[in-house]
This record gives sequence, C-alpha cells and structure tokens, in this order.
Amino acid sequence: MKLSRGQRIFLAGNYVFFILLSLLCILPLVHIFAISLSSSSAASAGLVTLWPVDFTLRSYDYIINKHEFFDSIIVSIKRLVVGTSLSLLLCMTIAYPLSKETKAFRMRTVYAWIFVFTILFNGGLIPSYMIVRYTGLLDTLWALVIPSAVNVFNVLLMLNFFRGLPKELEESAFIDGAGHWITLWRIYVPLSMPSVATVALFTMVFHWNSWFDGMIFMNKISNYPLSTYLQNVLTSGSIISSSMVNLNDLAEISDRTTKAAQIFVGSLPILCVYPFLQRYFMKGIVLGSVKG
Amino acid sequence: MKFSRLKMEWPLHLLILPGLILVIIYNYIPMLGLVMAFQKFIPALGITGSKWIGLDNFRYLLDLPNIWQVLWNTVYIAVMKIIVGLIVPITLAILLNEIIHERFKKFVQTMIYLPHFLSWVILGGILIDILSPNNGIVNQVIKAFGFEPIFFLGDNDWFPFTVVLTDQWKEMGFNTIVYLAAITGIDPTLYEAAKLDGANRLRQTWHVTLPGMLPIIILLMTLSLGNVLNAGFDQIFNLYSPAVYESGDIIDTFVYRLGLVEAQYSVATAVGMFKSVVSLVLISVSYWMAYRFANYRIF
Repeated sequence: MKLSRGQRIFLAGNYVFFILLSLLCILPLVHIFAISLSSSSAASAGLVTLWPVDFTLRSYDYIINKHEFFDSIIVSIKRLVVGTSLSLLLCMTIAYPLSKETKAFRMRTVYAWIFVFTILFNGGLIPSYMIVRYTGLLDTLWALVIPSAVNVFNVLLMLNFFRGLPKELEESAFIDGAGHWITLWRIYVPLSMPSVATVALFTMVFHWNSWFDGMIFMNKISNYPLSTYLQNVLTSGSIISSSMVNLNDLAEISDRTTKAAQIFVGSLPILCVYPFLQRYFMKGIVLGSVKG
Repeated sequence: MKFSRLKMEWPLHLLILPGLILVIIYNYIPMLGLVMAFQKFIPALGITGSKWIGLDNFRYLLDLPNIWQVLWNTVYIAVMKIIVGLIVPITLAILLNEIIHERFKKFVQTMIYLPHFLSWVILGGILIDILSPNNGIVNQVIKAFGFEPIFFLGDNDWFPFTVVLTDQWKEMGFNTIVYLAAITGIDPTLYEAAKLDGANRLRQTWHVTLPGMLPIIILLMTLSLGNVLNAGFDQIFNLYSPAVYESGDIIDTFVYRLGLVEAQYSVATAVGMFKSVVSLVLISVSYWMAYRFANYRIF
C-alpha cells in the first residue's frame, strides 16, 4: 500500500512520540541508578545524567553494612513467603465453594455478598487499626499478613476461572468417590495453574510493595519490612550524621547517593519478576473479563 | 434427600469458614467500630467502656478551619485524576494501535507499564530526587533553558498538577493496555467496510475504533465514579510536606495525622466514616449503572 506524504509524517511522528514516552518511563530509574553509583561530589555538582560519574560502590557498601536495612529485607522476605501462601490458600478455599451453582450450594449467594460487600464498604483507618491492636497483632509479623489475607478481587478472579472448568470433571471425580476437598486440590487447582500463578505473583508484589501497614502496626524499627524502612529513610531529612562516617567519606557518599542506592535495591526484585508480571498481567485482564 | 444434601454441602461450608472468620474479624468488626465516631473513644476502655457523646465529634470537625479545604483538595485531585486518566490512555491506545511494527508495540508496552508495578515509596523517592529545585535533573534542564527552577513538590500552585501528572506517569501504561485490548476486539470487517466507503485512517478511527471502544470507556467511566473521594493516599503521603498541606492535604492523609499521629481516634473515625458512607453510595450507584448500561457484573 502506498502511503501519502501526510500519513508518512504521522507515522514517523508517532514512532518518535512513543520512543520519547518510553524513555520518560524508564530514564528516571536509570538516572537514580547512575546517581547511586556516582560519588556524592559529582552528584551534587549535577554532573550525573544517565551514566555514573566517578564510579564508586561506596553507597552500596554503606547500606549493606547498615543492619536495619538488612533486618528489614528479612522481614520483607518472611511476610512475602507467609503472606503469599496464606492468601493463596484462602483464595482457593473461598473461591471453590463460591464457584458452585446455587443448586449445589444454597448459601452461595449469601456468602458471595458477604465477601463482595467488603469492596463496597469499610470501617476506615482507625477502627481497622484498633482491631489489629485488640487482637494482639501489633509488632508481630502476623499484623502484616492476616488483615490483608483475603483479597476479594483475587477471589473473584479465581472463582471465574473455576467456573470456566468443565462440569464433567467434577462429576466424574464425585463418581469415583472423591469429596470436595480432594476435587479441589487434585482437579481444580492443578487445572487452574495460570490463575494461581497470576494471583501468586500479584500477591507477592503486593507484599513487597506494602509499607503503610508496617508503619502503623510496627513500633520497633527492627520489625519494619523493607518498604516501610525505605519510606522512613526516603522521606526523612538526613540519614547520614557526620559522626557515623569520617569526613573523607562525605565526598564519596551522601544522603542523596545512599538514598538512590536504597531505591534501586528496593525496586530490584520487582524489576527481576517484571517479565513474568507482564506475561501474567495480560492473562489477568483476559481472566478478569471472562465473567459468569 | 435433605440429609444427602447436607452431606454434600457441609464440606463447602467448612472450606469457606476460615476466610469468612477473617473477613468478619478484620472487615466487619471495624465497620461496627465506626460507632467510635459517636464516642469519646479511649483505647484502654474499648467501645463498651468509652463515653457516648452523640454528634460532638462532627460539630468539632465542622469548626476546624481546614476541613473544607481538605474536602475540596480531595475531590479536585481525584476528579482531575479521573478525567486525565480517561483521556491519556484512550489517546495512547489509539495511537499505539496505528503502529504496525509488532515488536516495537511490545517494546513500548513493556516500557510504559513498568512504573505501575513499583510502589509509591520507590517512585516517591525517585520523584523527590529528580524534581528537587536545587539539584534535581528536571530543574537542571529547566535552568539550562534559562527559566527559574520550579519547586514542583513544595509550591501550592504546582503540587496538585504534579500529583495528577505523576499519577498518570505511573498508571497510563496499565490503562492503555486495557483499552488496547478493547481495540483488538473490534471486528476487522468493519474497517474493510469503512475503507470501501472511502474513509481514511482518521475517519476510521472516529467512526470505527472509538465507537468500538465505547462500551469499555463507559464501563471504566462509571466505575471510576466510586473514586471521587480517593485522591490516592500512598502517592500523596510520599510526596507531600507541611508546605503543601494547603493544596495537597486530602481526607486520607488528614485522617491519618489526626487519628494515628495526634491520637484523636474518635474525631478521625468521624471523618473516615463520612468518607466510607459517601463512597458506599457512589460505588453502589456506579456498579448499578455499570450493570444497567454495560451489563457488567462483579460476580
């Protein structure tokens, strides 16, 4: 097909536009990475753009030797493992009964509304905080895991996937003498791996990124997950006091370079799973749109 | 018959029980806890022991000088986000659809929805650095062109716009993909027919692509109605400072400071209750409209 002059100009402009837009999304991250690898004097002189100037690993050296930083990574990993397992388990055990027809499970609609209503209405910050306090979860790992364990959107996603599975599978399992428990774990779950993986990935990202619960439920800094710790560091003024490092170091590292290093370390796990997220993200959209 | 039914159903009740208990404790009890708004709540005394004071907390709130400002900021920022959040992704999806080169299209998608997966803590840290008026790279560029540096996050004239734009920066990729999926679903024969009728690309976009996207546009538009009081706590909390409370303080940040920093639990709950109730009405209306006009059902 022959393109007219106007069309060619439009197409070229379109390509340029999207290249610029892509750069807009990725360059800030590259810039921060470059700053984290530069000396503080180069960074504060404004010499760093997209490539490190006066390359140094001192900022990373500094944050690795900070035990609070290290502790918070451990807390994050713990909440990620415990929280994701718990959420997945609950997601499947809730979605399975709700995926039944009302004929087979008369209370289905009642239960479904009980869960869906939590999307529509909530008690707000203060009562939600109080219940965590009264149930004795403050300053424990459970505070980060239990209140957010049931995610109704994930339940709906899983439920719609379960509903799409052929009824005959379930019937034949029942004929072979399997109960609901076995049918769920031996038939439904293995067949639902795409949506299980989607829910698992998104729950993992949720746990890695969550910071507010850590901030309000944890009193001791040593209990902070990484995101909360980072939030604390990034929005507070100065983290390096001159007594902590000797004066020679100040030319090499500064608040700015060490903050940049911590931003990069905090985003690294997300960048690593990003290719998978992207793949399952499309699946999630497709799954979400297939509704009963 | 009755007995066998019970036998078939009880494992289902049992399966759902743990989740149900958690939702009752951590979602429904806090809803009941909203009665704190009518008390002088003291944590040690609990709901049953605290004194009932009727509407005093609400009266106190109405007398606070900044409450209307907070309310206005919330609605202003949230509505701007909703409008910009419709226009930008729709435009991007239409433009991206014009790109024939599949790998380039994939590349662009990969780039523009990366920020969606990073938290506002990380993005806030990045933005505070690059938007800094002293040595941030954005202001270095502005200064290089001979303009005065702009204090994006510390100037009340700029703060709301910075919030809306950076929110778009994070979320545009995600929403673009949704609209792009809608475009892919349009029947290709419609384009053929339009071409036969002599429509050029622009007219095809206007008469085929846009009408084809309309159902999903209407759906997302109605669903966004539920967000009129959601200006984005995570984002604003990580970007604001006392200097921009005037233009950037929203209901959620206000409740946080009032309730958990100043420990005025009951007053903060009263504000939170106002938000929860209005949101319930808005979300219910939006879901009802989405069901009525777009045949959308949540389950």
